[in-house]
Amino acid sequence: MKIAVLTKAIPSYESSIRVDSTSKWIDEAVVNFVVNESDSYALEEALQIKEKLDNGSEVVVITMGSEDNTSKVLKDGLAKGADRAIFIKNEDSNTDPLAIAKLFADNLKDENFDLIFSGLQSDDLGSGQTGVLIGEMLDMSTATLGIETDIEESKIKVKRELESGWFQWVTLPLPASVSIQSGINEPRYPSLKGIMGAKRKESKVIDGQSSAAKQNFINLFIPKNEKATERIEGDVDGIVAKIMDILKNKLRVVS
Amino acid sequence: MILVVLENQRGSIHAFSKEAVAAGQNLASKLGTELSILCMGENASSLKEQASDYKAKDLILAEHDMISTYSADGYSKVLSDIITDLSPKYVIMGHSYMVRDFMPRVSAKLNLPFVSDIISVNHDGGSPAFARQVFNAKLATNIQPDESSNTTLLSFQSAAFSSDDIELGGSDAASVFEVNLNNEDIKSMSEPEFQESSSGVDLTTAELIVSVGRGIESEDNIPMVESLAEVMGAEIASSRPVVDMGWLPSYRQIGSSGQAVSPKLYFSVGISGAIQHVVGMKGSKNIIAINKDEEAPIFEIADYAVIGDLMEILPKLTEELQK
Repeated sequence: MKIAVLTKAIPSYESSIRVDSTSKWIDEAVVNFVVNESDSYALEEALQIKEKLDNGSEVVVITMGSEDNTSKVLKDGLAKGADRAIFIKNEDSNTDPLAIAKLFADNLKDENFDLIFSGLQSDDLGSGQTGVLIGEMLDMSTATLGIETDIEESKIKVKRELESGWFQWVTLPLPASVSIQSGINEPRYPSLKGIMGAKRKESKVIDGQSSAAKQNFINLFIPKNEKATERIEGDVDGIVAKIMDILKNKLRVVS
Repeated sequence: MILVVLENQRGSIHAFSKEAVAAGQNLASKLGTELSILCMGENASSLKEQASDYKAKDLILAEHDMISTYSADGYSKVLSDIITDLSPKYVIMGHSYMVRDFMPRVSAKLNLPFVSDIISVNHDGGSPAFARQVFNAKLATNIQPDESSNTTLLSFQSAAFSSDDIELGGSDAASVFEVNLNNEDIKSMSEPEFQESSSGVDLTTAELIVSVGRGIESEDNIPMVESLAEVMGAEIASSRPVVDMGWLPSYRQIGSSGQAVSPKLYFSVGISGAIQHVVGMKGSKNIIAINKDEEAPIFEIADYAVIGDLMEILPKLTEELQK
């Protein structure tokens, strides 16, 4: 079984997000890039399938973007147990899901993966389309929001999460592209041995050329506050007194 | 022409689809074009019945045994054929989990842009731009589909439009689209939808909710939140990461994959306010949010934005409430 895991470097939750001078992108200089959360779950699911099958399966961790932002992502994947890495180098701040997916599909089609796993969406652009788009482009079956998988010969069963606590099992013939929901497993931490071994693993670099975008960011902006929000800050005692006043006197939810 | 596609949710028109009808009617009137409504696949003839009052030019039915239960293969093939036949300027759906599952397939099949999870439409420029949230809701962006594209696919986030604004009056015409599917078109097999056994905790009826997010940092700190909830007489709830980490059971989760609530008070601690969470609680009558990041998007919808360290605030607040 040959399994690809698509993973993305995104700004960490703590990072300060500032619109840059073009107003079409953010100032990356002040941002700390980390692995997109649901991609970690996708990698773990792939590693568990490889370990379960125990038949010389291969897990390949793949990312795209600029070298500065993404190097950590591939190192992390290799250290956790991926067998090799592919880096599609592309310095454009690509925001068009179709162009992004095409770049992956064009550069991965000769690999003939049996399975492509991706996180359900990236926490930066959040389109949630890449895995499905690539699946269609490479004539694979597709499913999204996988919260459990069961691999069988030539097919994969995926428990899909639906809205409001509903689920559905879907059986896909391989090859298949499946997006993984967070919470499906417990992502491992890299071992020291894994970190040392990662340096000796194959890491291939491909120069990726973007195709014309079908949709473009016109301008990034800070969302408007929808409510007249009252700010409460300062020392802890003052904050607590203020909250007590709101609970007791304004909202009257405690006596 | 604008085409709105209705989705079946256990026998009824999906709430997001109703909002999509309102969005479609609004866009059609702004652009001076006509609206058609498509009832496709699962339960299609009943959806058509239920949609018969909606004002539209045409109410289209597309039925076939092979799409009588949802599959990404079947739905994407049939909708692609319909788009090729009708060439709508926009195809509109709600941003549901089903749309996320099959609409990108249509986008790739026909090489059409799919702008997903839209929160508003901006008509200031020549052609409409569509706003969506990015960077975990810390920013939003206006998106312009490529002018040369004949059709653009759109999905709207819940509550971007209100189903109260649907214009009634029925459709001028009704038509049937001849669905053409072969066995090889459908590779995947879906089983019936099911619900996991719940605990009996119904957060939707709770008047007071204390909800905890990843800001709590560790499972060891959960009792701190439980104490506060207990002394307030509130139900405890959480955002997704807390459930993913196994710190609270999944039936406590608020958001698109959990429960949607509208209590008298939603007391949010350490929740940043990602879109998937906010859709489940923005209807709350009052929102108090504690977060140490003053740029946390939860503050945009909060009535009271408490900027501070919950580790310090919660124990003292609990102590005060106990007095």
